Amino acid sequence: MALLSVDELTVTFGGRGRASKAVDGVSFDVDQGQVVGLVGESGCGKSVTSLALMGLLPSKGVELGGRADFDGTNLLTMSQRELRDMRGSQLAMIFQDPLSSLNPVVPIGVQVTEILQRHRGLKGEAARKEAAHLLDRVGIPDPTRRLKEYPHQLSGGMRQRALIAMAVACAPRLLIADEPTTALDVTIQAQILELLKELVDEEGTALLMITHDLGVVAGLCDQVNVLYAGKVVESADRHELFAHPMHPYAHGLLESIPRLDAPRGEPLKPIRGSINDRIAWADGCAFAPRCDYYTMECLTGTPALTEPAAAGHQVRCVNPVREPVEIATLDTPDVTATAHGGTSA
Amino acid sequence: MSLVTPNTSKIDRLAELTATHESSSGNSLWREAWGRLRRSKAGVIGAVVIAVFVVLAVVGPWFAPHNPAAQIWRDEVLINKGEFVGPRGENWFGLDHLGRDQFSRFLVGARQTLLVGVVSMLIGLVIGAIIGGVSGAAATLGGRNGKRFDTFVMRVTDIMLALPSLLLAVSIAAVLGQSLTTVMIAVGVVQIPIFARLLRGSMLAQGNKEYVLAARSLGIRKRRIVMTNILPNSLSPVIVQATLSLATAIIEAAALSYLGLGSPDQSAPEWGAMLTQAQRFFDNAPMMSVYPAVGIIITALGFTLLGEAMREALDPKLRG
Repeated sequence: MALLSVDELTVTFGGRGRASKAVDGVSFDVDQGQVVGLVGESGCGKSVTSLALMGLLPSKGVELGGRADFDGTNLLTMSQRELRDMRGSQLAMIFQDPLSSLNPVVPIGVQVTEILQRHRGLKGEAARKEAAHLLDRVGIPDPTRRLKEYPHQLSGGMRQRALIAMAVACAPRLLIADEPTTALDVTIQAQILELLKELVDEEGTALLMITHDLGVVAGLCDQVNVLYAGKVVESADRHELFAHPMHPYAHGLLESIPRLDAPRGEPLKPIRGSINDRIAWADGCAFAPRCDYYTMECLTGTPALTEPAAAGHQVRCVNPVREPVEIATLDTPDVTATAHGGTSA
Repeated sequence: MSLVTPNTSKIDRLAELTATHESSSGNSLWREAWGRLRRSKAGVIGAVVIAVFVVLAVVGPWFAPHNPAAQIWRDEVLINKGEFVGPRGENWFGLDHLGRDQFSRFLVGARQTLLVGVVSMLIGLVIGAIIGGVSGAAATLGGRNGKRFDTFVMRVTDIMLALPSLLLAVSIAAVLGQSLTTVMIAVGVVQIPIFARLLRGSMLAQGNKEYVLAARSLGIRKRRIVMTNILPNSLSPVIVQATLSLATAIIEAAALSYLGLGSPDQSAPEWGAMLTQAQRFFDNAPMMSVYPAVGIIITALGFTLLGEAMREALDPKLRG
């Protein structure tokens, strides 16, 4: 059984009459040592999914449905007290903007040691030593000095490393990374991804990677779930998805990546329009207004997740795309290098 | 970027590093704000004015050349009815209508004025910060009941805000009698809702910050989140307000003394009270009003300048 098993997770915002479903029946599994990607554009429900799993959504005006079994217990029905004990020790999260995720008035060291004290009961010198080890482990040079520094004195990459150190301080079994590289520049992005990959490989931590960056997915994830308007529209292992994206949305996402080897002057290929809720999933396919392949059939009821081509490759589309995308320039050099590459799913 | 588990030699190295860097400490935001404050002209001028005022208030009365209450030159004033004795070698600021040394009274008045300003500001700050802090903590992390508690407390402070400050002061004076304590309490009580609302609002804004969410995502307890994340980040507007409200408190105290609610003790005049007495003789002796009035204006200006400079120095937008 998977470490985390999300089954028909639904998150509804707003009360009677004005309810809107941010997450609409999302299901996926994350195994120990596995990296699962949750991909989609802004507003598709990625971050809400992660906050729901962590129990960090406000209690007022939010309704949760479905199950999210973590090691056999449903996270969604847990009390806030139980969840608080789980957070940081069993589950941890890395946020998008490292500067705003660190307390600006307290040195890094205090922020790291307070987690050690909270979950591992370490105090004083022991906690300080362990904090220095943690910073060292995430690749921060001169950790004892850094412990005394304030967040604004660190570079963006260092801050994200410090946040990762805090998240892995108590060796959580599941790590949720919500766009951990979006606020960083490209060279730092690669280092941070490398660090996350090493943590997963060495500790067997399960990683739920939330991103809109297909480069990140290509470099890191074993299994990929593409979200659109709160529903999983395509789910496959990384190689399968990049080789044969079948949902027009996933197809469009891959095609919209700018390519260096494209002929000069060739226009980029964006997906038309933007996400909107004019068509609810109940009436048909929510992607239909933006889809190049849509037929009248698309507007009759919610399309089901099917496996039209390969086992384990689920697509929510009545008219899936069959032609592959050329992904020659997609950067996947480390696919074979990782221990987990292609072995899961 | 190696991720090798630290072995013993590394631990030794860590200990070594700890030893060498024991003395170096981080550059806190407060220290940076202090640096910005020192570079601000208005802040420096304000600080100098306040420093002069404080020195005057603390040591001045000991150096007062005469007893501020003694009517040593009473006969002189009575003989020259309608004609006041202006500044002269013996009495730098001249004499008042009862033949007392104005300069000595001014020095003693400085101490009284500072006392009123500081004590009433502290009354407002301490009580206001406790109310606002508890309310803000309840609202940000106290769940549904916390929000209810917060709403209740804020409605009460709304009621307090709605009371005109002078009217409140007059009623307090009516209950407690005429004294400097009355003035301090009256001016302080008026400041309570201002501090309470300010801190609570600031805490609510901080409660939505991402680092609070991040702390929650790591399972940090609510009490700890309030104490290390929310509260320290909410303090800067309160500190600025405290400085600014010293100026208001001095002016308000002067106003209350002017209305005759201040201390009846003639040996310890407050600048506002001096102004009241001087008013009757404004035609004949305008300088008698000028000394306390200028004193009030300059100190209030000093606190305002420093407060504004602090507001700028602590501006979160400048945090880099």
